[in-house]
Amino acid sequence: MRILKQLLRNPLSLFGIILLIFFGLVAILAPWLAPPPNPYEPYRIAQFGYSPNPKPPTGPNPFTEIWKIVTRQSDFSKTHPFGTTEGQYDVYYGIVWGTRTAFLAGICITGITALIGIFWGTMSAYFGGWVDMVFMRITDIFQAFPFLIAAMTIAAVLQPKIGRSILTAAIALIVFGWMGYARLIRGDILSIRERDYVQAARAAGAGHLRLILRHILPNAIYPTLVVASMDIGSYVISFAALSFLGLGAEVGYADWGQMLSFARNWIPRLNQYWWIILYPGLALVLFVLAWNLVGDALRDILDPRLRGRITV
Amino acid sequence: MAAYIIRRLLLLPVTLFGVTLFVFGVYSFLDPAMKAALYVHDIPKTSDALQRIIHKYGLDDPFYLQYGRWLNQIFHGNLGWSKTAQRPVLEALLYYFPATVELVLWAAIPVIFIGIWLGILSAVHHNKPIDHASRVFALIGWSFPSYVYGLLLIMVFYAMLHWLPPGRVSDWVIQEINAGTFREVTHIYTIDAIINGRPDILLDVFKHMILPVITLSYIQWALLLRVTRSSMLETLRQEYVMTARSKGLAERIVIYKHAARNAMIPVATMGGMLLIGLLNGAVMTETVFNYRGMGWWAANAATQLDIISVLGFTLFNAIILSVGILFIDIMYAVIDPRIRLE
Repeated sequence: MRILKQLLRNPLSLFGIILLIFFGLVAILAPWLAPPPNPYEPYRIAQFGYSPNPKPPTGPNPFTEIWKIVTRQSDFSKTHPFGTTEGQYDVYYGIVWGTRTAFLAGICITGITALIGIFWGTMSAYFGGWVDMVFMRITDIFQAFPFLIAAMTIAAVLQPKIGRSILTAAIALIVFGWMGYARLIRGDILSIRERDYVQAARAAGAGHLRLILRHILPNAIYPTLVVASMDIGSYVISFAALSFLGLGAEVGYADWGQMLSFARNWIPRLNQYWWIILYPGLALVLFVLAWNLVGDALRDILDPRLRGRITV
Repeated sequence: MAAYIIRRLLLLPVTLFGVTLFVFGVYSFLDPAMKAALYVHDIPKTSDALQRIIHKYGLDDPFYLQYGRWLNQIFHGNLGWSKTAQRPVLEALLYYFPATVELVLWAAIPVIFIGIWLGILSAVHHNKPIDHASRVFALIGWSFPSYVYGLLLIMVFYAMLHWLPPGRVSDWVIQEINAGTFREVTHIYTIDAIINGRPDILLDVFKHMILPVITLSYIQWALLLRVTRSSMLETLRQEYVMTARSKGLAERIVIYKHAARNAMIPVATMGGMLLIGLLNGAVMTETVFNYRGMGWWAANAATQLDIISVLGFTLFNAIILSVGILFIDIMYAVIDPRIRLE
């Protein structure tokens, strides 16, 4: 409660929270805001026709067009509030449903990555000795690869095996994302492991699992969780980057990075087709900005020691 | 000091060994037909020909035998055949490498100078308009994916205004290169243009370079700015800075000679992160701007599933990064004696 109050008092994080609530509402209300033409495949962007040239937004005011869609006066075969991309994918539809993809990508990827990192770092620090040595050398090896390049490679290797999908990109990012968390929590646990209360618990006969879960982790996990919350934005960027390169979501999937990749084919005429980059770009930037604003403020509140330390 | 450097130097081969093991592990994950591209130019069409190749190159041998053979090939400079570049992978890497070096070097200049300069400035003018402005800049830089504002920059400066075109050079320069009137010495066109004494080509290179350099450097200098700022704020509160002030030294000298030097020590730890950022960013930037460098080629190869090329590129980058970080760590130990004791 205290945290929430402080978050709401800071104008920057308040703005971030308002943006997140807005995106959350869009994600929840997606079936109502943009009714899928095919209810069984809501994540396929509504597509009517195959004309290669993007079509401009219908009507002068996008809000009245959106209202027509929401009130079911019209559908995506006639009305395009934000225009269409090449292949006649509706930009508005893609943005609305892409919000769900973005939430999924940001939260799931960061969560799983942080879990793996916490597990790895905890094992390494708790058991120490040669376990620590081996675990940290393996971490070194993963860190020797530039993050995005390594993820790109994994995505390219997995694609023939499991097909081009958001799963490919997610796995690729998880494989090369956990090392920072492992290092961070390892350092914190090393300093806690020998404290008196841990020794006391050990002397009282607590097992490894109980020691780790009850006594060590609760006192060491906060900095890692704060850093993880600050990383959500950059994972969304990296995920969209893989889609943008053509290694993530398949063509026509409601994902902002995938939608932006359409713009690559129209570089000399982007002034004419501005809507294929402006709307998805704006959605992505605002979404990431919201997470960063909240994460930044959360860090200042929860852990003043981390202030000024930027982790991306 | 010497002990620290030796320990770090000894870790490098361990890491590189792990890196090769990882990359080879990924190779062995591939289909045999794709793996054959390590050794032959054409992926064989018939299963008969494929069997012959598998047998000839021992692609069904145990892992350690294959790994040893592959490592031997690597040391002889053979990374396989690149389908997308139509030449050996190593040759393709070296062909595209100078373009990327040129881009990264030009991008490093604004990163270091603007980042550090604005960082110091916003610490000195803490909570003044310039501090708030730089905070907003940094937040935007941190939240803006490089490919989005790369595309926006192209939209404004190329599609609308026709000032700054994408690509690496204009077509007429490529014609001159093909005709032999423009000699490529270093393949870094900025330097080549000076060697050839061609100001017109130099101007053309710059015109193509401005937008990618802005795109690549923005996030990096936004990060550096924040780190410099917080480090500088901490230093300015130290007592020796107060002593320097109370001695009556000019504020300029206090800031730049006494405070800034010490504030730079934590900033130096950012070196590794900046290198990673530039290597990653080069892939996105080159792809957006159709700038024919290493990253553009690798991203292209990845989408066409030319995995042999991508793995070669990854291995190459991992080696650059490992050696680069080793160099940065050693430099850091030279600057800051405290680090050697840990």
